[in-house]
Amino acid sequence: MRTPILRAALLVSAALPCSLVAQTVAITGGKVYTVSGATIDNGTVVIRDGKIVAVGGNVPVPEGAQRIDATGKWVTPGLVDAATLLGFSEIGAVGGTNDAGATGKDHVAAAFTVWEGLNPASVLLSPTREDGVTSVIVHPTDGLFAGQSAVVELVDGDATDMVIRRSAAMVAYLNNARDVGAESRGEMLLRVREILDDARTYARRRADFERAETRPFAAGRLDLEALQPVLAGRLPLLVAVDKASDIQAALRLAKDYSIRLVIAGGAEAWMVAGDLAAARVPVLTGAMNNIPESFNALGTRQENAASLRAAGVTVALIGNAGGGDEETFNVRNIRYEAGNAVAYGMKWEDALRAITLTPAEIFGVADRVGSLQAGRDANVVVWSGDPFEFATRAEHVFVRGKEYHDVSRQDLLMERYKNLPPNYETQLK
Amino acid sequence: MRTAALAAVLVTVACSAPSARQTPAPQRAMTDSTAQSTNGLGLGATSVPGADPFPSTYRPFPSKATVIRNVTILTAAGPTIRNGSVLLRDGRIAAVGASVDAPSDATVIDGAGKYLTPGIIDIHSHVGAGASPGDRGAQTNDVNEATNPSTPYVWVEHSVWPQDPQLPRVLAGGVTTIQVLPGSANLIGGRSVVLKLVPSRSVQGMKFPGAKYGLKMACGENPKRVYAQRGPSTRMGNIAGYRAQWIQAEAYRRRWDKWNATHQGDPPQRDLGMETLAEVLRGNILVHNHCYRADEMMQMIDISHEFGYRIRAFHHGVEAYKVADVLAREGIGAALWADWGAFKMEANDAVRANLPLVMKAGARAIVHSDDESGIQRLNQEAAKAMAAGNRIGVPVSEDDAIKWLTINPAWALDLDSKIGSIEVGKNADVVLWSGDPFSVYSRTEKVWIDGAMMFDRSDPSERWRTDFELGYVPAVQQTGGSK
Repeated sequence: MRTPILRAALLVSAALPCSLVAQTVAITGGKVYTVSGATIDNGTVVIRDGKIVAVGGNVPVPEGAQRIDATGKWVTPGLVDAATLLGFSEIGAVGGTNDAGATGKDHVAAAFTVWEGLNPASVLLSPTREDGVTSVIVHPTDGLFAGQSAVVELVDGDATDMVIRRSAAMVAYLNNARDVGAESRGEMLLRVREILDDARTYARRRADFERAETRPFAAGRLDLEALQPVLAGRLPLLVAVDKASDIQAALRLAKDYSIRLVIAGGAEAWMVAGDLAAARVPVLTGAMNNIPESFNALGTRQENAASLRAAGVTVALIGNAGGGDEETFNVRNIRYEAGNAVAYGMKWEDALRAITLTPAEIFGVADRVGSLQAGRDANVVVWSGDPFEFATRAEHVFVRGKEYHDVSRQDLLMERYKNLPPNYETQLK
Repeated sequence: MRTAALAAVLVTVACSAPSARQTPAPQRAMTDSTAQSTNGLGLGATSVPGADPFPSTYRPFPSKATVIRNVTILTAAGPTIRNGSVLLRDGRIAAVGASVDAPSDATVIDGAGKYLTPGIIDIHSHVGAGASPGDRGAQTNDVNEATNPSTPYVWVEHSVWPQDPQLPRVLAGGVTTIQVLPGSANLIGGRSVVLKLVPSRSVQGMKFPGAKYGLKMACGENPKRVYAQRGPSTRMGNIAGYRAQWIQAEAYRRRWDKWNATHQGDPPQRDLGMETLAEVLRGNILVHNHCYRADEMMQMIDISHEFGYRIRAFHHGVEAYKVADVLAREGIGAALWADWGAFKMEANDAVRANLPLVMKAGARAIVHSDDESGIQRLNQEAAKAMAAGNRIGVPVSEDDAIKWLTINPAWALDLDSKIGSIEVGKNADVVLWSGDPFSVYSRTEKVWIDGAMMFDRSDPSERWRTDFELGYVPAVQQTGGSK
């Protein structure tokens, strides 16, 4: 049954998904986790023209709709991985396939937007999508101001089709002063403040700047310009820090400049959960690391996410066990991060929210993704059971209303070598 | 079926390796130094098979007779026992079955709703040698002696810091035995060491008594990248490098075997590196070979035939599924990740059903970590691979998957007669799980090593905290899981 599909895929492209376009689809009978509203037993989700048009317990199935019987299944929004390099790093060690970093100047590349480097032909998109992840948020790597994050929806198309938000956050890596050209925490924060002050001054004196009638600024024109939405509170500043006192320093900075702060990593965030809750600062963290791997992260613990939630902090779950380039291969494992968060004390519904609607809200795309609600993009997954469990499969995956039947490069390899020795003769025909 | 295939392999290899048949039996040279002293030689002057200059000082911790009853037992030796019981006594598994006769003074633990498995064994770890914290300047990374492409003279136990805070976390993941390996920068990286996860002042206090040493070898990208300037800088350079070392080692082995047999004249010059390689040729040290690509595994197998040694297991083996039939025929284990890939070119053909496909072909599939976080959840790694197999029509049962974590890695260490399954007479290394270990929601509750309870999640005050952690790492109450 699978062979014709495989052969076609081999001939054309290993990454080519086979997709069906249906005008109207009704998913019926499943347990529907809307995330934005109540969970509906025996609910119906109606999809038309790429959007969700109705969700509920008493929604009629439109005439002529393709019907998917989800009886006994779990239906959720497509999952959102809030921190990955998917589509921007194909093979970690192969430099030319990596496009999430910027050289910048003196560790400042605020104007850099990663989105244009997206590789829509990445073979890692299919295995991600076939496991129910339909959106990812990609952050620039390294730098005092590393650049701007993008939100990508995993649809067929080019970068302009796939990227639904080109500037979703400004990113600053403040974990290690020596990585960003400073000798100490104090000096690093001094540089950050100098740049933010200069960005404010620049905004008031653009005309003078163009006439070269200002003093030299601590960053270039493009970078100072890029920081304006941050200073105006329109663009969140995502600060990567782990140590409790570094989180507190970031909170002071955010207060002084009226910046919308988001903490990423936040290994010791549980120690300052009260401060974070009071400042309404969200945290991106994981639930699979407990190793004091640095003097910055001696308090790393798997209960971090649960403790933060219990204190009222907004939490999005991201992979934090290994990090590194291999995460592009395993974006699909974000659902197990959620499962582990539950094992370490998080409420199940909070964990689902932490890999759907919460990251969508943090990065300004909740009007598109992260919930099952009329008007949202039809990113819908029908699961064979609890999506956090290993044995559970994503049986139907819709992105922007289209069902994808991905055959990934990994699937092709397994098919070829399932029976040994491989019969190359047959496969070449 | 598997046993028969292996026996056939043993014959084949022995025939192609005449040197291996003349192997002198390993001796405990250091405990029997009469021969040396009559020759007027110090202990360190001679190269004797099975020498043990850093002997284990491990002693089991105090234990009480313990019965765990009403528990689901994944034995790794047969079918799952539902509502079964296990008796741990005097460091051994004394009884297992539907019910057991318990001594009146035994501690009784009710395992209703819980699972009992053998202790998990990871044959690819660097914890202790690559310790935490790993900040620049901390000098806690002692994994790669990257000063020469071949360093068989280093022993990784000399890098192990018993106060590495990673160690108790590994134990808490249900792991009772690990093999710590040197890194993969070198073609030949040095000796491994097999450790129990117990607090100790010295690495000797953690060493698994009687465990064989392993030799770390590495294929492919890492050595050619690290030594690009001085060589090897190519894969052909890698292969030439291994062969040159084995040629030297074979001559060294002959010289010393001859002298050890006769004790005539002045002994040959001792060489630490060649001594390790000679022990491989004698069959006393097991080869653990880091190798990603299928074609490179085939070449390494030919080298082992050329010089008459056995490869015990390929590690990482992301392409093992392409040559699983060959691994089965050769009797070589495959120590694998569930789903690491794409971080470098040689890892690019990783597939999630690697473990199931290797098992299907009749080779020994082993889950390994090479990672201080992953090692804490090897059960979850196995669960992912199990799901991947079932998804492509390669059925994997829980009774299969538990073997990837226990008896198969025990075999790779040649310790399968002592650990790796719940059978009468085996060491009492067992783990009590809050539920099915292949569920994401299950956690370890208690871990026993040699019958002593070494980890108890319900009693944080009893938890092993390394010296480093005192004052640095907050002692936190464990929060309970809530499904």
